[in-house]
Amino acid sequence: MAVKLRTPLSREDVLRLRAGDIVHLSGEIVTARDSAHRRILSLPGEELPFNREGAVIYHCGPIVRKKPDGWEIVSAGPTTSSRMNRYLDGILSLGVRGIIGKGGMNPEPFKGRAVYFAFTGGAGSLAAESVERVKAVHWLDLGVPEALWVLEVRDFPLVVAIDAHGESLYR
Amino acid sequence: MLLLVGALVEAIRLAVTRIPADTVDTLRKAYEEENNGIARFNLENILRAIEIGRERSIPVCQDTGTMTFFIRAGVESPFLKELEGAIIEAVRRATLEVPLRPNAVDVLNGKNSGDNTGRGVPVIHWEVDKGDEVEIAVFPKGGGSENCSALAMLTPGEGWEGVKRFVVEKVRTCGGKPCPPVIIGVGVGGGADYSLKLAKGALLRKIGERNPNKEIAKIEEELQEEINALGIGPMGMGGKTTALDVKIEVAHRHPASFPVGLAIQCWANRRAFLRLKPNGRVEIWQ
Repeated sequence: MAVKLRTPLSREDVLRLRAGDIVHLSGEIVTARDSAHRRILSLPGEELPFNREGAVIYHCGPIVRKKPDGWEIVSAGPTTSSRMNRYLDGILSLGVRGIIGKGGMNPEPFKGRAVYFAFTGGAGSLAAESVERVKAVHWLDLGVPEALWVLEVRDFPLVVAIDAHGESLYR
Repeated sequence: MLLLVGALVEAIRLAVTRIPADTVDTLRKAYEEENNGIARFNLENILRAIEIGRERSIPVCQDTGTMTFFIRAGVESPFLKELEGAIIEAVRRATLEVPLRPNAVDVLNGKNSGDNTGRGVPVIHWEVDKGDEVEIAVFPKGGGSENCSALAMLTPGEGWEGVKRFVVEKVRTCGGKPCPPVIIGVGVGGGADYSLKLAKGALLRKIGERNPNKEIAKIEEELQEEINALGIGPMGMGGKTTALDVKIEVAHRHPASFPVGLAIQCWANRRAFLRLKPNGRVEIWQ
């Protein structure tokens, strides 16, 4: 059975989850890839354009379409998370409680503070169905895939692949 | 020229919005045979994503890759002069119209060109052939699977056992990163550069289509079995199917060298083909 959760995530939310759980996540999530991670960690916390406490970061570089009244997400699956291992501890230290991606990450930094959610790599058209709207975009100078897309999602179906207790589904 | 650009845009659209039937059938079979719950969750998502891509004509995977083209050009085709320009123009137009994700980034300053073109991109492999027709394989290659490409310069003494060991080990260490279930392309011989090109070209073959050489076909089957026995499964979270297929292509080698190129394609097996006749007629298929 799927657990329903809403962002921002609390420490209690996160500690309740176990590797293998299915979660339907709603609320705000923020996309970030390699260059965005570098920029996030180079700025003082108060200058970041999103709320850090309980935030969920999505390793994703979407396909977007410009509309008269804003942006539409066309396809938005996860990118390979292990490229972001080097930034993980710094990112979680900001108060981020969830990472969404594919392929897994180092489990150690998640212990006691955050979880790693996996979404199916390549299933970008399906992921886009969970995106209700684009709330904002920042850092478009990094290019469309690398910008920070602030998304409102509804019932995004995810697997807890690394929990806050040191368990991981990856072998 | 304009007609050709339009036809190329349609081939690109086909490649990124529809997963070929042979691949869908194999994925469906993998789903039916799977009893691991998480693997089934992933395979179900994959099959739904394919449906949505087709119904809404949107890219199945957001990483529409580096646009890569393999051309077999008949020397008597009247269109040879226009081909490169038409391909570049088609990639620009497809980026806006399909749309594709802009994926071409300057290596020095990291700036995204915004239209999937740039120095050496789209990547175009030319092969000159006899005749008056041109055949173009449209091959959008995603970054996640591309990052698991590898080259081994084995000693001839290691031979085919070495090839198998290298491929299996590399697939094992890549785990969920290239978006399994994957298709594995292996190129053996011909030198370092050529073995990698053979490996990538092999990925364009249909799933289930074996190398015509019986001995090589047998190695393809053995490799697939060994890779599936690793238990990596869909997205690296365990399961029966890791490789949908293994494709091997070979060339003669230098007596001192045993080059092995490895190229991996994710389950979102993007491909389309276009044939251009001398009278300007175009056929597109997957």
